[in-house]
Amino acid sequence: MMRVRFWGTRGSLPVALTAVDVRAKLLATLRAARGRAQASESDLEAVLAGLPFAVAGTYGGHTSCVQLETGSGDYVVCDMGSGLRPFGQAAMAARNGAAQTFHIFVSHLHWDHIMGLPFFVPAFVPGNRVVFYGGHAGLEAALRRQQDQPSFPVDFSIFGASMDFVHLEPGRPIDVAGVRVTSMLQRHGGDSYGYRFEGAGGVVVYSTDSEHPLAQPEHTDRFVSFFHGADVVIFDAMYSLADAVSVKADWGHSSNIVGVELCQMAGVRELCLFHHEPVFDDAAIDAVLAETRRLEEITRVAAPLRVSAAFDGMEIEL
Amino acid sequence: MEIAARQLADTVIATPAGRIDHQSAKQFEAALLPLVADCAARHGSLVIDFSGIDYISSVGLRVLMVAARQMREQQARLVVAALQGVVAEIFAISRFDRVLTVTKTLDDALALCSPAALAQHRSTGAASAT
Repeated sequence: MMRVRFWGTRGSLPVALTAVDVRAKLLATLRAARGRAQASESDLEAVLAGLPFAVAGTYGGHTSCVQLETGSGDYVVCDMGSGLRPFGQAAMAARNGAAQTFHIFVSHLHWDHIMGLPFFVPAFVPGNRVVFYGGHAGLEAALRRQQDQPSFPVDFSIFGASMDFVHLEPGRPIDVAGVRVTSMLQRHGGDSYGYRFEGAGGVVVYSTDSEHPLAQPEHTDRFVSFFHGADVVIFDAMYSLADAVSVKADWGHSSNIVGVELCQMAGVRELCLFHHEPVFDDAAIDAVLAETRRLEEITRVAAPLRVSAAFDGMEIEL
Repeated sequence: MEIAARQLADTVIATPAGRIDHQSAKQFEAALLPLVADCAARHGSLVIDFSGIDYISSVGLRVLMVAARQMREQQARLVVAALQGVVAEIFAISRFDRVLTVTKTLDDALALCSPAALAQHRSTGAASAT
C-alpha cells in the first residue's frame, strides 16, 4: 500500500495566515455556532463539520514537499521546499535511535523547491544517509551554493549525514525503496522533471512546475503516456488557463483545466491540484477546487476523475 | 471544421458548430485565423457566434486567445457571443470570460461592434421572418 503525505503544497513562496485571516475564520465559525452556546461537544463537532474547509481548516503555506510511504523502511520525498522542515521533525520523532535513509527526488533547482534543506534536521545526524535524485547536472552545486555566505551562515559541510547524488536520465527507470521511478523532462525555466512512482500497490505521478504548450499535440501525448493509469497525479495548477496562455505564458506553470484534460485522457483516478498560487487565500483555493470538480463533471466521458486540492498535512491512501 | 461567415456592414459574423476538442482545434484554427487576418487588416470587427458550439477544450480556447491578440494588435475588435451551457461554464472556470469580450447574445455583440451591422442583422431577420 502506498500513502502520499503532503508537507508543503504552496507555489513559489511560503505564506502564512495573518491575524486578520484567523479572525475571519473565527467569526464565520461563531456565526455558524450561534444559538448553540450550551451545545454538546458532538453538536459543536457537527458545526465544524458543516463549515467549508476554507473556514474550518487551511491549505497551509509551506512550499513543495511530498512524502511517499512505500512500505520500505526508507523515506521517499519529492522536493525540498519549506515543507521539508516539518517533515524532518516528524522523521526525527519517529527515529528511535536508528539510522535513517532519505531518497529525495528534486523537480528542479528553483529556490522554493530547495529552500528547506538547510533546516532539514536529519541531514545533520551522523549515520543518516540522504540521496538526492534529479536530472539537473548542477543539482549538487545548487544545494551547496544556497548555503554559501552570505546567503546562509553555515555551509554544506556542516551536514553529518552522508550526502549522495544520483543523476537521472529521463525515461530510464530506477528502483528505489520498493518503487520503480521514471523521470520526465518538463517545460519550465531551467527545466524541471516529473516523476512517476510505480509499485507498492499503486502509481503516483508528481508533476509540478510544468507548463503545457497547448499547440503541440506530441507534448500532450507524452504527458498522457506519463500519467497513464495513475492512481494519483499531483499537478501544478497554479494559474487559471486564461492567465497561463496570456499574461503568464512562459512562466512555467499550468492550470486546473489542463490538469483535468490530461488526467481524463490518461485514465487517471485522482487529480490532486498542487503548487497553489501564493496570493490565493483559503477561500480562493476552495473555489478553484469546486470549479475543477464541476469541470470534471460536465466534461466527463468515461469513469469519474476524483479531484482534490492538496493541503499541508493531507494524506492520500492508495 | 468549417466556419460559416457572413458580412454585415463592417462586421463579420463567424458561426462555428460542434465540438472544438483536441482533435478539431487545428481545423478550428485553420478556419478562423484567415477571418481574423481579414477583419484585422480592415480594422473591422469579428463576432464569433458560439450558439452552435457544445464543447471547447483548452486547445480551442488558446486559438481564441491567439485570435483576440491578433485583432487587438490591429485595433480591431473580437467578440464571442451566445455561449451555451457547458461552454459558458468552461469560459468561467478558465477565466476566459474575463480576458475576452463575451456577450450573452449575438445582438448584444453587434450592438457593441457596429450599430450598422446590428440594424442590417435585424432587418435581415425581420425580412426572413415575413
